[in-house]
Amino acid sequence: MNPLKWPTIEPFYKLVIGENRKGQLNAIVKMVGLPLTGIFVFLLIWQGAASHIHTSLGQFPGPQQTYEQFVSLVDEAKASSLKEQAFYERQYVRNEKKLAANSEAEVKVRDYTGPPTFFDQIGRSLVTVISGFLLASLIAVPIGIVIGLSSNAYAAFNPIIQIFKPVSPLAWLPLVTMVVSAVYVTDDPMFDKAFLNSMFTVLLCCLWPTIINTAAGVATVTQDLKNVSQVLSLNWWTHIRKIVLPCSIPMMFTGLRISFGIAWMVLIAAEMLAQNPGLGKFVWDEFQNGSSDSLGRIMVAVVVIGIVGFILDRGMLMIQQAVSWDKSATLR
Amino acid sequence: MSEVHLELTNVGIEFPTPRGPFRALRDINLKIDQGEFVSLIGHSGCGKSTVLNIVAGLYEATEGGVLLDGREVNSPGPERAVVFQNHSLLPWLSAYENVELAVDQVFKKSKTAAEKKEWIEYNLKLVHMDHAMHKRPDEISGGMKQRVGIARALAMQPEVMLMDEPFGALDALTRAHLQDSLMEIQKALNNTVIMITHDVDEAVLLSDRIVMMTNGPNATIGEILKIDLPHPRDRLALADDPTYNHYRSEVMRFLYEKQRKVEH
Ligand SMILES: Nc1ncnc2c1ncn2[C@@H]1O[C@H](COP(=O)(O)OP(=O)(O)OP(=O)(O)O)[C@@H](O)[C@H]1O
Ligand SMILES: [Mg+2]
Repeated sequence: MNPLKWPTIEPFYKLVIGENRKGQLNAIVKMVGLPLTGIFVFLLIWQGAASHIHTSLGQFPGPQQTYEQFVSLVDEAKASSLKEQAFYERQYVRNEKKLAANSEAEVKVRDYTGPPTFFDQIGRSLVTVISGFLLASLIAVPIGIVIGLSSNAYAAFNPIIQIFKPVSPLAWLPLVTMVVSAVYVTDDPMFDKAFLNSMFTVLLCCLWPTIINTAAGVATVTQDLKNVSQVLSLNWWTHIRKIVLPCSIPMMFTGLRISFGIAWMVLIAAEMLAQNPGLGKFVWDEFQNGSSDSLGRIMVAVVVIGIVGFILDRGMLMIQQAVSWDKSATLR
Repeated sequence: MSEVHLELTNVGIEFPTPRGPFRALRDINLKIDQGEFVSLIGHSGCGKSTVLNIVAGLYEATEGGVLLDGREVNSPGPERAVVFQNHSLLPWLSAYENVELAVDQVFKKSKTAAEKKEWIEYNLKLVHMDHAMHKRPDEISGGMKQRVGIARALAMQPEVMLMDEPFGALDALTRAHLQDSLMEIQKALNNTVIMITHDVDEAVLLSDRIVMMTNGPNATIGEILKIDLPHPRDRLALADDPTYNHYRSEVMRFLYEKQRKVEH
C-alpha cells in the first residue's frame, strides 16, 4: 500500500506536486471543508437552542460550557494521577525507612483507592463492551455457520432469532442480574457482579445480527463452489475452512459491525442500571449529583460516547478490509 | 481391443419441478474406452451438462447407472475431475492456491510438500500459466481462468476428465491454442476425456468419437460418429482434408437437418 494513494492524503499530495490543482482543491473542499462547515452549523444551532432551555439545574450546556467541563475533567484526572503517584512515593519512603531500621521488617504496598476519573470510566466501558462483544461473536459465528449451511436449520432457528432480536436490553437486565447472583457464588469473585450483569446484557443483545448475517453469508456460497468442493471430496471441516468461511466473511463482518454498534449503545444503558463503573454510571452519577456542572459533564459524556462509538466502528471496518479477500467491494 | 473403462447403461433422469416432474434424459447408453476422447454435441438445453453431472456424481440418475472400471458411480470424487462450464475457481485464492487445494486433497499423504509444489507448478506450466500463477482469478483474463481450471483438473491425475464447454467463452485464437495444448496433453497422459462442445470443428478435431444428442426434453443419443483421423492432428493440414470435411458435414447435417432447433 502506498500511503500517497490513500484517499485522505492523495489530494494534498497531488496539490503539492502540482497535478490538476483545481480538481485537487475541489476534492479537498469536499473532504475537509464540507464536514467542517457541517460541524460549525451544528455548533451554532446547539448554542442557539441551549440558550433557550432553562432547567432546574441551570441553563442547558452549550458548546462553550461543555468544553469547559471537558477541561475540568482533564484537570481532575491529572490531579488524581498526581495524588496516586504521591501516595505510592510516601509508601516507598516509609518502607525504605522501616527497612533501614530493621532489614527483617515486613513491608506492604497498599493499592491506591481513589475514585475513578472520567478517563478510567471510558477504559472500564471499553473493557466491558469488548468482552461482551467477543464472547457473543464466539457464540454467534459458529451458530450462524451451522444455520446457514442447512436450510432446515435455518427454518428451525429463524423464528427464535427474529423474536429475540428486537428485545430491549432493559428487559434482559433484571433476568441477567437474578441469574448471575444465583449462579455466580464464590467467596473470592474474580469478576464484579455489576460487570457480569452489564457484560451478559450486552452479549444477549449483540448475538442476533451476527447470527443472521453470518447465516446469510454462508448462504451466498454458490452451487458452483459446492460442486467444486464435492468433486474434490473435501471433508466437512476443510469445506468450512476453505470455502464457506472466506465466502461468508464480508457478510459476517457486516453483522459483527452492526452487533458492535448495538453493544456500545446497550452498554451505556446497562451500566446505568447495573451500576457498573463506566460511562453509563458516570452519566447516572452526575444526574443524581445535580450540581450546576452536571449537565455540562453529561454533555461531555454524550460527545465522548459518540466519538468512541465512531472510532470503534472505523476499527471494525479496518479489520474487515484487512481480512476480506474482495478488496473491490465498497465498504462504508 | 482395450477394456471398457466407463459405461453408461440406460441412464435417464427426471427433475422434480413445481409444475411436476421434468424428464430431461432417457435411455443413454455409452461405452467409453481408456484413453478415449469423446465429445458430446447437441443444441442448447438438450441435457449435455446433465449427462456430465451424472457421470461426475453431482446428479443422481433416476434410472440406469454409471460404471467406472466395473464400480458403480454414486457420489462425486477426484478420480472424475470436472472442468466446469464457468471455470468455478475460488475467487479468494491465487491460481497456484486453487490448484494446490486439489493437489493437497488428492495427494494428501503420497507426496511430500516439495513434490506437491513441483507438481502444482508442472501442471500450471502445461497450460502456460506459470507466469501468472500467483495472481487471483479477478486479475487474469477469461482464457487464463479456464486454463487454471484445466490445470486444476489435470493436477488431480483423474481417471476421467469431464469438461463442460471448456473453451466456450474464449476468442478464436486462444481457443485454437488451448485446443492444441489439450490434444498434446491428452495424448501424452492418455486420459479418458468427455468434453461438451457447441463447436463442430472443435468436436471433429479433438475427438475419437462424437456423441450427438437429440433435442430435449426427453433427450437421448441420436447418433455416434467415429472419427478415424490419425494423431497428431494439425488443424491447417486438415482444413483441406476430404475425410475431415466429410465428418464435419455429417455432424452439421445431424444438428441442422435432423435435429433442427425449433425456437419457441
Ligand atoms: N437441477 C435441475 N432442475 C430442473 N431442471 C434442470 C436441472 N438441471 C437441468 N435442468 C433442465 O434439464 C435440461 C437440460 O439442461 P442442461 O443444463 O443439461 O443443458 P445443456 O445441454 O448443458 O445446455 P447448454 O448447452 O446451454 O449448457 C434443461 O431443460 C434444464 O432446464
Ligand atoms: Mg451446459
